[in-house]
Amino acid sequence: MRRNFPVWAVYGLGFVPAVAAFGAGLSGLSGPDPIRALEQSLGLWALRFLLAALCVTPLRRFAGVNLLRYRRALGLLSFYYAALHFLAFIGLDHNFDWAEIGREIVKKPYAFIGMACLLLLIPLAATSSNGMIKRLGAKNWTRLHRLVYPAALLAVAHFIFAVKSWPLEPLLYAGAAVSLLALRLAPKKSRSLEQAGNA
Amino acid sequence: MLIRVSTDRPVASSEITPRAAWLNRRDVLGAGAALGLGFAGVSATAAPTPRSPLSTDEKPNRLSDITGYNNFYEFGVGKSDPAANAGRLKTRPWTLRIDGLVDKPADYALEDFLKPLTLEERIYRMRCVEGWSMVIPWLGFPLADAISRAQPQSAAKYVAFETLYRPDEMSGQRGFPRIIPWPYREGLRLDEAMHPLTILATGLYGEPLPNQNGAPLRLVVPWKYGFKGIKSIVRLTLVAEQPPTSWSMIGPDEYGFFANVNPNVDHPRWSQATERRIGEGGLFAKRLKTQMFNGYDSVASLYSGLDLRANY
Ligand code: HEM
Repeated sequence: MRRNFPVWAVYGLGFVPAVAAFGAGLSGLSGPDPIRALEQSLGLWALRFLLAALCVTPLRRFAGVNLLRYRRALGLLSFYYAALHFLAFIGLDHNFDWAEIGREIVKKPYAFIGMACLLLLIPLAATSSNGMIKRLGAKNWTRLHRLVYPAALLAVAHFIFAVKSWPLEPLLYAGAAVSLLALRLAPKKSRSLEQAGNA
Repeated sequence: MLIRVSTDRPVASSEITPRAAWLNRRDVLGAGAALGLGFAGVSATAAPTPRSPLSTDEKPNRLSDITGYNNFYEFGVGKSDPAANAGRLKTRPWTLRIDGLVDKPADYALEDFLKPLTLEERIYRMRCVEGWSMVIPWLGFPLADAISRAQPQSAAKYVAFETLYRPDEMSGQRGFPRIIPWPYREGLRLDEAMHPLTILATGLYGEPLPNQNGAPLRLVVPWKYGFKGIKSIVRLTLVAEQPPTSWSMIGPDEYGFFANVNPNVDHPRWSQATERRIGEGGLFAKRLKTQMFNGYDSVASLYSGLDLRANY
C-alpha cells in the first residue's frame, strides 16, 4: 500500500487543511475572528508537516518503515504552510502595514523567532529538487539540511511564545520535537549492518 | 450552543431591557430563542430603555460573537471552550462576600444584594489585551453603589476581587498544567472602582449573563484590558495595599496592575497600537487604531502624575 501511494497524493491531501481553513474563514464557519483562526491553523499545519518530515528517519531506523519518498513532500508542505501563515500575518492580520509588521517582527519575541524559523526553511525548500541535490553534492546537501533541526526547535519555541501562560498543546508539540531530535542521537548500529540494510 | 435558561438567574426580569427592543435593532434570533424564556410577558412594542450617556453609539457585536468567543480560563483555554463547558456551572444559589476594611461586611445572597439596585444598560467597547475588541451592551449597575453600601473605612485604598473556585463545575480549574493560580484575582484602586464608568454586570443584551460571560456577576472596566473584567465574582474585599492580580502574578513584565488600554505601551506578544473589531469584515477585516484609555478619556484625570509607561 505504501509503495502504491503516490507522492502527488501527499501534496493533494496536504493542501486540504489550507483549503478547508480558508473556506471556513470565507463562509464564516471559523468563528468571529476568522483571520486569527486561519493564521493559527496555517501555523499549526506548518509545524505538523515539519514534525512529520522529521519522523521519516526514526521510522526507518527504529520501526523499519520506509517513507523516504514522501519526505520531500512533507518538508515542502511545511514550508508552503509557513509561507501562507506568514502571508496571512502580513496581509490579513496586518493589512500590509509594513511599519507595524516590521515593528512586530523586531520587537515581539514570538514573531522574531517565527521569522528566524521561516528564514531557515527557505534554503531547505530552495534546495529540495533532485537537480539541487546533484549540484550541491550529497554531502553538502545533507549538511545544509541539518538546518531542519534548529528550525523545528524555533517553530515550537515560536508556538510557546505566541500563547499566554503555559497551556498544554504547545508543550506537547515541543516534547514531540525534542524527542524526534533526541532519537537522532541514539547510537548508530554498526556500519556494516546499516549498509546491509540500505543495500 | 447551549445557553442556560434565564429563570435560573437572580435578576428580576422587570428590570431588564425588553428583548423586543433589541430584536428591532439587532439580530439575536438564534440565541434569543434559547434565552428569552423569562420574557414572554413583555410587549413587543415596549419602548427601549433610554441609552445611558455613558454608552457608546457604536454598533454592538452580535450576541453570538459575545457569547461564543470568550477568554474564561476556568472553562478552558480555547475561545469556544467557555461556551462549550460553562453550562455546568451552577449560579444559583450564589453568595457574594464583601469584607475587609468596611463597616458593614456581609455575605449576601445575590438576589438580596441585587434587590435595591437599579440595573441599567451600558454599551461599552471592550478591548482585549490580545489585540481584538468588541462592543457589548451590558446590563449592570455602578460598582460604586455596591461599595458604598458596605461603607468603606478611610484606610481602604483598593478593592480586591475573587472568582469562584469550584473545580467540579469549572473544568479549566482541573486542567493541567495549571494556567492560573486559582482563584482568579483582580483589583482596582478605590478611585477607579468608584468611577461611574466602572460597573458590575449581571446581564447583556437585556438578558441575564450567560455563564461563559461571567454569570452571575462580573466586573466591567471599559478603559482597561478585558482581563481586568473578572467574572463570576464571589468576593470583594477592601484593602489598604495594592492586591495581587492573577495575570501580573503569572507575568509581571507583561501584565501590570493597572492594565489601562494604551496604544503607546507595547506588550511582548500583541500589538497594542491597533486592534481588530471582532465579527466585522470577515477574513478581510481592517484593523482600527487603538485609542488611549480605549477612548474613555474622562478617566485620564485618575492618573495625572502617574507614569503610565512604568505603571502599565
Ligand atoms: C515571520 C514568520 C512568522 C510570523 C510573523 C508568525 C506569526 C504568528 C502569529 C501572529 C501567530 C498567532 C498568535 C496568536 O494566536 O495570536 C502564530 C502562531 C503560530 N505559528 Fe507562526 N509566525 C511565523 C512563522 C511560523 C513558522 C515558520 C511556523 C512553523 C513552522 C509557525 C508556526 C506557528 C504555530 C504552530 C502557531 C500557533 C498556532 C495556534 O495558536 O494554534 N509560525 N504565528
